[in-house]
Amino acid sequence: MVPTLFGRLQTRLVLLAVVGGLVTAGLAPVLPVAAPMADRYRAAYALLAAVAVFGLGWELVYQFLMQWRWEKDWPTLFGLLTLVPEGALVWWANRAGRLPGLSTPVPPLAFAVDFVAVWLAVWLVASGPLRVPFLRWRFSGGRFL
Amino acid sequence: MTGPAAAIGAAVGESQLRRCLVTRACTGASLPAGELTPGLEAADRWTDEAVSAAGIPVRQADFVTVGGGIGSFVTVDYLRIAGMPKSSIRVLTNLDHPWQTYEYLTRVSQIPRAERIRSDSASRPDNIWGFPSYAVQEAVRRRTLSPLWQVAVEPVFADYYTPRLGVVLDGVEREARRVGYREMVVPGEVRMVRRRMGGGYFTVLTPKPGRSSVKRIAVRSRDVHLAVGYPGLKFLPDLQRFRLEYGDFFHVVNAYEDHEHVYATLRHRPGTVLVRGGGIVASRILDRLMRDRTRHGLQTRIVHLFRTYVDGPHGRHPWSRRRGGNGFAYQGFNYPKSVWGGQLKARMRRLDGEQRAQAYAEMGGTTTAFRRGWQRQLAEGRRGGWYHTVTGTVDEVCRRGREPMLVRIRAADGPVEVPVDFVIDCTGLEADVTEHRVLGDLLRHGGAGRNPLGRLEVERTFELRGTASGDGRLYVSGAAALGGYFPGVDTFLGLQIAAQEIADDLAHRGICKRIGTTRSLVQWLKWMADREI
Repeated sequence: MVPTLFGRLQTRLVLLAVVGGLVTAGLAPVLPVAAPMADRYRAAYALLAAVAVFGLGWELVYQFLMQWRWEKDWPTLFGLLTLVPEGALVWWANRAGRLPGLSTPVPPLAFAVDFVAVWLAVWLVASGPLRVPFLRWRFSGGRFL
Repeated sequence: MTGPAAAIGAAVGESQLRRCLVTRACTGASLPAGELTPGLEAADRWTDEAVSAAGIPVRQADFVTVGGGIGSFVTVDYLRIAGMPKSSIRVLTNLDHPWQTYEYLTRVSQIPRAERIRSDSASRPDNIWGFPSYAVQEAVRRRTLSPLWQVAVEPVFADYYTPRLGVVLDGVEREARRVGYREMVVPGEVRMVRRRMGGGYFTVLTPKPGRSSVKRIAVRSRDVHLAVGYPGLKFLPDLQRFRLEYGDFFHVVNAYEDHEHVYATLRHRPGTVLVRGGGIVASRILDRLMRDRTRHGLQTRIVHLFRTYVDGPHGRHPWSRRRGGNGFAYQGFNYPKSVWGGQLKARMRRLDGEQRAQAYAEMGGTTTAFRRGWQRQLAEGRRGGWYHTVTGTVDEVCRRGREPMLVRIRAADGPVEVPVDFVIDCTGLEADVTEHRVLGDLLRHGGAGRNPLGRLEVERTFELRGTASGDGRLYVSGAAALGGYFPGVDTFLGLQIAAQEIADDLAHRGICKRIGTTRSLVQWLKWMADREI
């Protein structure tokens, strides 16, 4: 991907909202956690919202780091590996009870399954299929507007 | 005033007509039917009557693309997907198929169909979405995950994935058939494009011998697109001097010429080859020489001449530092990747004049790809003492008695004389745009101007600035437009970006549909199903 800053922000928000939203909707009922359905959904979407909100800050960091790359690109691998720091931050916020909408922290396994599934889905869609409905997306730095 | 004189008058203007009538040369009275009259040649704008009076048959089209190579193909592909009918488009070309010139240039510069080109996995001239990418296609066909792994970890843990030439060309052939490309082709050599009084353009074509009873035909169209490729090769003066002085086109060759005889000769007797240049073509030539050396047990020695020796990362600022070493500047593709969609593309769109020229200079320079296999070859050559580098410029190439050629080099640490058997020039200098007949004519008669790099100045929509004709527009993509608001014009992806801008501009003008989300999805499904459109 060869993003601009606005492209990064837009891509993150749109993909998390659409792809992340769909994956979360399908995954929440089967997450390995003992909780009523409403709580499952509330917790899963709270995590998703956290990834989106924290992500806006992360994108600023990534854009800054990208400036050291001659190509001014963001290799596919980076898009995958940034799962680690982002996951760690959301996990910390989850454990510390700092996420709005979460009365109790999501257990580790459920968190890992949810976070990784959403991340992989977003990463895969951004790596190719997104170009089909949004023909101009790749030529405009990841912007939709 | 009626008849031919009136028609010519409309085309060339009254004062010029008076001069023409005096000499009668301008009337073309003595010229065969269908020939360009001096009056037409001199006029910036033509009337229908003037063309008719010259006996030039006129055909009609909405959109004409000139060139017929990859640039025309990609543009036509976009327009067909946007819904423009075949009957509206004409491709004026002297090529038999769109990949003809490209395949020739890649073949002689040592990329046969089985080799990989320097192009991104998602840079598909046969697929406007770039999905599925070449890596996905290769993974499916070969039933292996290795191309996908390479794409996933490039460029950190693996070289950039690049597709094989044969796969690329097969894809273009398939897509050309799918969009009915051949049905739109009008074969012949395009001579010029002139604005038409009342709007639109006349594109004058010399039909292929035996295909027409007249010398020229003109295609009248609202819009014209030019994708005529590189104006031509420009030989280095010292090499050109040698070739002319000794009449020797055997020992001094350009990498873009067919020079298979060099490798054939080296298979029969040992020799020394001087390779000039540090770009991707030089890398290809070195690869061929070194592979032949290994494969056939040859004793070929290589002297590699750099004009500028890059010994490490280079650039004036930590944020604009390019990788380099052993003489080469390294870059994955022809340009930094972000010119095709990222922040460099966004930045360049805002720059004009000197600022734009400066930005081109910063990202420019000769580069090659860093490939682990090539690095191993070069290291082996250095260790074995049969690959040497020299930095400097050539003063003279001459012959001394019966000895091989002698190359006198002005090196950084003093003059050097190198006896060699062959010189392969990989510097790839390009000729001035005026050396291309059609482009030169547009500069003289079409209202076109030059950009900060001396090529043709196009708008962000790839409209050639200053050439609008009524409701008609003239677009230029490819190498002729290098130096504009978008840098990567002479690449697969660059041609697609240009095609998208042109298609969007046509849609904005109400000529074709804009490819929106639904159309894009539907058309992609048709592409996947290989359904003709």
